[in-house]
Amino acid sequence: MSWINLAALWKIVVFGLIAGAGLPALFALGLLALSRGGGRAQVAGDDSDVVVGGNPAGIVVAALCFLVVLAAIGWGIYEIYQIGHPATK
Amino acid sequence: MNDFLLVLVVITALCFDFTNGFHDTGNAMATSIATQALSPRVAVALSGVLNLVGAFLSLSVAATIASGLVDTNLVTLPVVAAGLVGGIIWNLLTWLFGIPSSSSHALIGGVIGSTIAAAGGHAIQWHDLVSKVIIPAGLSPIIAALIAATGTWLLYRISRSLTERARGRGFRIGQIGSASMVSLAHGTNDAQKTMGVITLALIVNGTVPKNATAPFWVILSCGLAISLGTYLGGWRVIRTLGKGLVEIQAPQGMAAESASAAVILLSSGFGYSLSTTHVATGSIVGTGLGKRGADVRWNTAGRMATAWLFTLPCAGLMGAGAEFLARAIGRTPGVIVVLAILAAVAGAVYWRSRANKVDHNNVNDEWTGSVAPAEPEPAAAA
Repeated sequence: MSWINLAALWKIVVFGLIAGAGLPALFALGLLALSRGGGRAQVAGDDSDVVVGGNPAGIVVAALCFLVVLAAIGWGIYEIYQIGHPATK
Repeated sequence: MNDFLLVLVVITALCFDFTNGFHDTGNAMATSIATQALSPRVAVALSGVLNLVGAFLSLSVAATIASGLVDTNLVTLPVVAAGLVGGIIWNLLTWLFGIPSSSSHALIGGVIGSTIAAAGGHAIQWHDLVSKVIIPAGLSPIIAALIAATGTWLLYRISRSLTERARGRGFRIGQIGSASMVSLAHGTNDAQKTMGVITLALIVNGTVPKNATAPFWVILSCGLAISLGTYLGGWRVIRTLGKGLVEIQAPQGMAAESASAAVILLSSGFGYSLSTTHVATGSIVGTGLGKRGADVRWNTAGRMATAWLFTLPCAGLMGAGAEFLARAIGRTPGVIVVLAILAAVAGAVYWRSRANKVDHNNVNDEWTGSVAPAEPEPAAAA
């Protein structure tokens, strides 16, 4: 007869932080990598809304970040489906 | 066995599901609409489709939501109908005032109220009510706010070398993904609650055996009702959440949505039927706390929190009132009279809402302290 399920509570907080704050942070890192400029000095001014900088290494890192985010989301949806449809009758 | 009454109850439940949809569109889409990551109409369409998908994605909480809180042996079809009426009326009134109150609490409150009126307090599983509904309701907005504040701080820290406009553009793309996840989560969570109530009605009527899971037509019709409601867009609530609490920028929107999606999905994994509204509101307040210089409009937040406290008891009282009335008149005619009153209230609320309309044209107007934007000036083209 416990009122609060502490075991569930801390898991929700920890996994919530990883998925709810960590994944968007990874997305932000991807954006940052993507915006890295190439060899030439950055010509874009403060008003630029150009997101892609053109540095090949940056683009690879960005792609990795975005892939990890997408994979994590896909895995999450798969897990929810598994929990929601317990073993076939 | 009373199939006519059963049909009435199922229709009422689908009506509740519909109000649940348009009351909660804002939970998923308010921040994306506020930052213009999505145009209002695309946002509600996307959210509607994903709610439908979500309704099929997970079925874990469906049968337990209502039957876990009340003693199914003491519940009858008129009791379920009265409870639904209580929930719908509370949802309509809070929508009229643009208050994002919890649809889940409206439903639970209504069913509990009508059950107490019919069978007395011993028909309620009080311990489960407190440990599975009330305590999570208090904790979930705080956890969501913590996660959203952390996320907001991280996003601004990581992206500080980007130009303002590049940052806005990048995170608006991210927001489309995170808002989609919230819509999906909403479908897995809220559509389930109505499925649970319809299943409860089917069990009570003896149509399906005890411990039955929701039949396919129940899943499909609930999914359709909630997604149709979502597509209609509860513009009043969207406006309060998107403009009334915090002036939101794209990174904040993404942080808020990610936090909401994570908390809702994780909690349903543990069997808590959280209010998506409480979580979404907590997240939005959290993004205001996580960004330096951002103001949280605490008077709006306070007004919402007050409405949350009143949701369970008020929906309960309305459910109880509906049950007393239905019983005084008698089984089937009683339910018909109560539903007629519900239709009259719904009509009055709709008529009243026309007087100061909020729709996709003026949903993003400057917040001036009220739900309906200041009158004459038509929304200036941005």
